Amino acid sequence: MPVDIDIDHVARLARIALTDEEKSALKEQLGVILEHAAKVGEVAADDVPPTAYAIPRANVFREDVTEPSLPVDEALRNVPDRDGDKVRVPRITELGS
Amino acid sequence: MTELCDLTGSELSEKLANGDVSAVEVLESSLARTDAVDDEVHAFLTRTPELALERAEELDAYRSTGAPMSSVAGIPTALKDVFTTNGIRTTCGSRILEGYVPPYDATAWARLSGDGAVLTGKTNCDEFAMGSSNENSAFGPVRNPWDVSRVPGGSSGGSAAAVASGQVVWALGTDTGGSVRQPASLSGVVGLKPTYGLISRYGLIAFASSLDTVGTLTRSVRDAATLLSVLGGKDPRDATSLEGDAQDYTHGLEEGIAGLRVGVIAEASGEGVEPGVRDGVGAAVDSMAALGAEVGEAHLPHAEYALSAYYLIAPSECSSNLARYDGVRYGLRAPGDHADSVAMMFATRGQGFGPEVKRRVMLGTYALSAGYYEAYYGQAQKIRTLIIRDYDAAFDRFDVLVSPTSPTTAFPIGAKVDDPMAMYLNDIFTIPANLSGMPAISIPCGMDEAGLPVGLQLTAPVLEEHRLLRAASALEAELGLDLRPPLIAGP
Repeated sequence: MPVDIDIDHVARLARIALTDEEKSALKEQLGVILEHAAKVGEVAADDVPPTAYAIPRANVFREDVTEPSLPVDEALRNVPDRDGDKVRVPRITELGS
Repeated sequence: MTELCDLTGSELSEKLANGDVSAVEVLESSLARTDAVDDEVHAFLTRTPELALERAEELDAYRSTGAPMSSVAGIPTALKDVFTTNGIRTTCGSRILEGYVPPYDATAWARLSGDGAVLTGKTNCDEFAMGSSNENSAFGPVRNPWDVSRVPGGSSGGSAAAVASGQVVWALGTDTGGSVRQPASLSGVVGLKPTYGLISRYGLIAFASSLDTVGTLTRSVRDAATLLSVLGGKDPRDATSLEGDAQDYTHGLEEGIAGLRVGVIAEASGEGVEPGVRDGVGAAVDSMAALGAEVGEAHLPHAEYALSAYYLIAPSECSSNLARYDGVRYGLRAPGDHADSVAMMFATRGQGFGPEVKRRVMLGTYALSAGYYEAYYGQAQKIRTLIIRDYDAAFDRFDVLVSPTSPTTAFPIGAKVDDPMAMYLNDIFTIPANLSGMPAISIPCGMDEAGLPVGLQLTAPVLEEHRLLRAASALEAELGLDLRPPLIAGP
């Protein structure tokens, strides 16, 4: 059976504005995909360790040397709304009373 | 008629070294081919002919001093539009990065460029490399040079189609679940996905970081080996890149496969495989036996769970990686007067992402959300362990494994766009090598009854690229296919 998901909740978590049409299409499609994906639960794997990376590496360090860095203008080249060396965005906090 | 741009990299490199042709002549042949066919194929999103010409002229001047040149020098090259290129627009096939001009080069491109490869442009792809048909590009689909009513495969479909139609000699792609090998198979070219971590991912715009692998699309196995020899080797800028310097992978390429133990994957020959694919792969396996390989049947008992595990792991990683597209520092910011920054992010992501990207971000967000994490993502990671164990057991008995690359040949544009599950099934034979990190290659092994190329996949254990390429090269030589699609073969 297709999985029933709370599409508004997931869209909120994912920070994506969806139209009503998108929501109903996604609800149906994700339900079918998750039904297939749930197949992973058929395998008894309690004693199997998880793999995050096929070729695991640990404590990867590089030499701590100074290298040239990007000039500020280059680093900010793609900023959609810029004020000098700063990035301008809509307000990020509630207005104080 | 065969033009310069239809030759392989190794053939051109020899002509360049002998002074038979100049880098400018080779480039002009490549650019003329794109002018002639790309309105129809739509392999390129951005072309860079002026930069390329400047580069080719520099190389010709340098060569005239008698200086030794790399085997990639002067070869027309394309990059999938997911590799950052300093000063050249990089879109990932997405509206959200439509105007993005990176301030740095990806390591893979920096290495090729440093050796004199000539970039002619950035190729079309499924948005953020998510797709198997190239129909998910925000800038329109790529068409298969073998039949322009069909898809070239994806997500590196632009790179595959550009190589197949002679617009470039070779191209880079990326392979997260089959995105180099599957389009190679559907477009009749060679697609190599090396061991995870062998080629740096620095500057490759991330999709699913534990699976993303840089790969090559070429018209010969030797060219794949040549590129890997330049691309491979430790990069301090990618913490997952493997230790060790690049090797010469062309060494020993022609040593043959007598005595090589070849395992045909039993789970990849049953239901859902088109007869033309099954016949093509079967005949190629017979050829390997005729060359002295010892052929047997291999089993990967957990392979049937690979697709499910992949469609939990890859979207989970993608939902996390794509969180960076928030309209703040680069890429699209939705126009308008937003109440606050969070409202701006919602609007930006809603407008900037296409349907498949939204689907996968939502899927991954759900799979990682409180209450579902263990059942989905956690369990998928355990399946990943079981698949690696399956491979280890198979490689106790065999040196390489064989399967079809894809269950089908190229399908018509539009045939699967409304059915995500049917689309995902394209990658059923390619995904296991991503989950296990193992190197795999797709090479053309014949044509189906409709005249479309069939691809055969070889897989080898981690870091056994020499063995993989040697087996592929022997089979390629034995089959001796002419792989010029009708679009360029002429009357």
